Amino acid sequence: MKPSSHLFKTQAAAALADPELQRALRQATTDGFAAKRAAAVAAFPEFEALRERGRRIKDHALRHLDVYLARFAAAVETNGGRVHWAEDAATACSVILDICRQAGAAKVVKSKTMVGEEIGLNPALEAGGLEVVETDLGEYIIQLAGEPPSHIIAPAIHKTREQIGVLFDRHHHGGRAVRPHTVPNLVDEARHVLRGKFLEAEVGITGANFLVAETGTVVLVTNEGNADLSLTLPDTHIVVAGIEKVVPTLADATTLLRLLARSATGQEITTYTTFVTGARREGETDGPRNYHVVLVDNGRSRMLADEFREMLRCIRCGACMNHCPVYSAIGGHAYGWVYPGPMGSVLTPRMIGLDTAYDLPNACTLNGRCRSVCPVQIPLPALLRRLREQQFERGLGGKPTRWALRAWAWLARRPRLYQALTGTVAGLWSRLPGKRGAVRRLPFAAGWTASRDLPTPTDPTFLSQWRQKGKRHHD
Amino acid sequence: MPDHSSPPRVAVFVTCLADLLRPQVGFATVKLLEAAGCRVEVPTTQTCCGQPAYNSGDRADAQALARQTIAACEEFDYVVLPSGSCAGMLRQYPALLADDPAWAARARGLADKTYELVSFLTDVIRLDRLPPVRYHRTVTYHDACSGLRELGIREQPRRLLAQVEGLRLVEMRDTEVCCGFGGTFCVKYPEISARLATDKCAAIAATGADEVLAGDLGCLLNIAGRLRRDGSPVKARHVAEVLAGLTDSPAIGEDRA
Ligand code: SF4
Repeated sequence: MKPSSHLFKTQAAAALADPELQRALRQATTDGFAAKRAAAVAAFPEFEALRERGRRIKDHALRHLDVYLARFAAAVETNGGRVHWAEDAATACSVILDICRQAGAAKVVKSKTMVGEEIGLNPALEAGGLEVVETDLGEYIIQLAGEPPSHIIAPAIHKTREQIGVLFDRHHHGGRAVRPHTVPNLVDEARHVLRGKFLEAEVGITGANFLVAETGTVVLVTNEGNADLSLTLPDTHIVVAGIEKVVPTLADATTLLRLLARSATGQEITTYTTFVTGARREGETDGPRNYHVVLVDNGRSRMLADEFREMLRCIRCGACMNHCPVYSAIGGHAYGWVYPGPMGSVLTPRMIGLDTAYDLPNACTLNGRCRSVCPVQIPLPALLRRLREQQFERGLGGKPTRWALRAWAWLARRPRLYQALTGTVAGLWSRLPGKRGAVRRLPFAAGWTASRDLPTPTDPTFLSQWRQKGKRHHD
Repeated sequence: MPDHSSPPRVAVFVTCLADLLRPQVGFATVKLLEAAGCRVEVPTTQTCCGQPAYNSGDRADAQALARQTIAACEEFDYVVLPSGSCAGMLRQYPALLADDPAWAARARGLADKTYELVSFLTDVIRLDRLPPVRYHRTVTYHDACSGLRELGIREQPRRLLAQVEGLRLVEMRDTEVCCGFGGTFCVKYPEISARLATDKCAAIAATGADEVLAGDLGCLLNIAGRLRRDGSPVKARHVAEVLAGLTDSPAIGEDRA
């Protein structure tokens, strides 16, 4: 998708002013993922210890990524599959398109994959003349709407039930409302349409939640079973995965699965957890005949080598956005690219540019709630601050803010002058006629006073009063 | 290491916001520490802990302010601040100055003896009883993010508030959710910040409390400013003022009588 992160401020303002979106977001926040996660964690006392283990597993795998990737690839090939290495998004798309062509495909079904969104897979396949149908319900909805996902595990979280009903009527019934827009009706309708698509498709594309090096297994979780249908019914199955998804053993994958389900949806285990180890074998009655795994780098190995390596631990659970007050207020589209919320605010500037995505690392209060829930303990606020440092070093960002900050720091580094100045300001202000404790409008603080009164000095500064009292520190 | 035979020498770092906008938070801090048996001093070369620079990516200025603060405060047994977020900043100094051989050890030394006021009283001094103080109000408590998540401050202020005669504490929903202050965030992204402040103030109002207390002046200015703009009757105060019994003056942002 074409990034629009440079329009963050406008998009955020529009999101705040959109009543339907706000309704959808409020519904998602109250009684949503965060509450479910809290309940699941409360019922699992060892959760903190498990987070520590999860972090270690991912750190170890990343430290020896070359070894485990090679082991995984060898195991896949031994099992009769083919492994393709794609350095960037364009290569990944063309590899996948080639496989589809070789399979003589006209129709492709897809199970939700974020790396697929990242590399722009759907437009690439469509440009190649293929019909692509998303089979995850949320992803199907936004495909019909022609929108990108607004959440990494709940892509249509920004839509209300009524909006989805209208969308289905338009696409399935020529605009006529045939049935009431209840949840069961909508699910039923999507299932009915999608069943046909599964049966027609020649190729099924899925992502991967984990790649297991010791066995060459791909682990997939869904709550709808759509990945299973996408990979068993068509003749060819293509897995597309980022290289950071590899873990050493099946035991490691199961540890991470326990973290993933609880962190993402508050489930103990996701409804469908599937272990795929290659194509249909002799004597088996189902499964694809051809099996491909496309491993995508797209900037990951660069990240592995720099101070953002910890971001590669991400298992795409979505907990950070579910607990982010900014995400909860504006939704995912305002961020302007594939990955929203805290994890996206780290990844997006890395992938589309520090300049274009200037706002993302900055539009954060550094309240740290994301870090406290991240199942693999990624220090998201510290990484966002690091991005701010890189932006500052490159002179990006508004001139007035930079200038004001530097002036403030210059003054703060001169205690005598600083105290004389603040002492004078507070002294004068507190002696102003009138008794107001706050102002409604202040020219240089319009950002503040647009929605808040600004409390003003009512007494001389603490330090000047302290001095007057003669209680001096002997210096 | 502090010498336990004599009262600890404690430096109060009042924070730039309290110094300028809420001096009684400084006096409340001094009063509480003295009541807890500390020898309190106020280093005169203190200004700001450097957090605005640090969080804006201006590492050089943040380092300069870190060095200045270390030099001002390192001779004491402890450094105590009436702010979780500024105390958290001083604890960041070792990371900030890690590559500076002349300062790394000094930064570590300072960080190790830096505490937020309320947790210092409960966890370090192990103050069992506050000097008698009363405050006949129903209050709710906002957990400021840095104190809560960086320093683990949650029960400490509640434990001390429980000793205030006449005070009733009612918890708000989502007390651990950010109020939208976020330092420079609140002026860089005013609409988003305002929305978070609005949500916070709604949660506060829903408790029916007379006042909201917190341990961080940044959040309190934001919350008080928003409550006042809404014409809400709810007042805002720093928790230290209540614990020290310095509650005669108007609440934050309130007009003088
Ligand atoms: S950064 Fe952590 S919390 Fe966010 S999606 Fe990744 S693993 Fe989940």
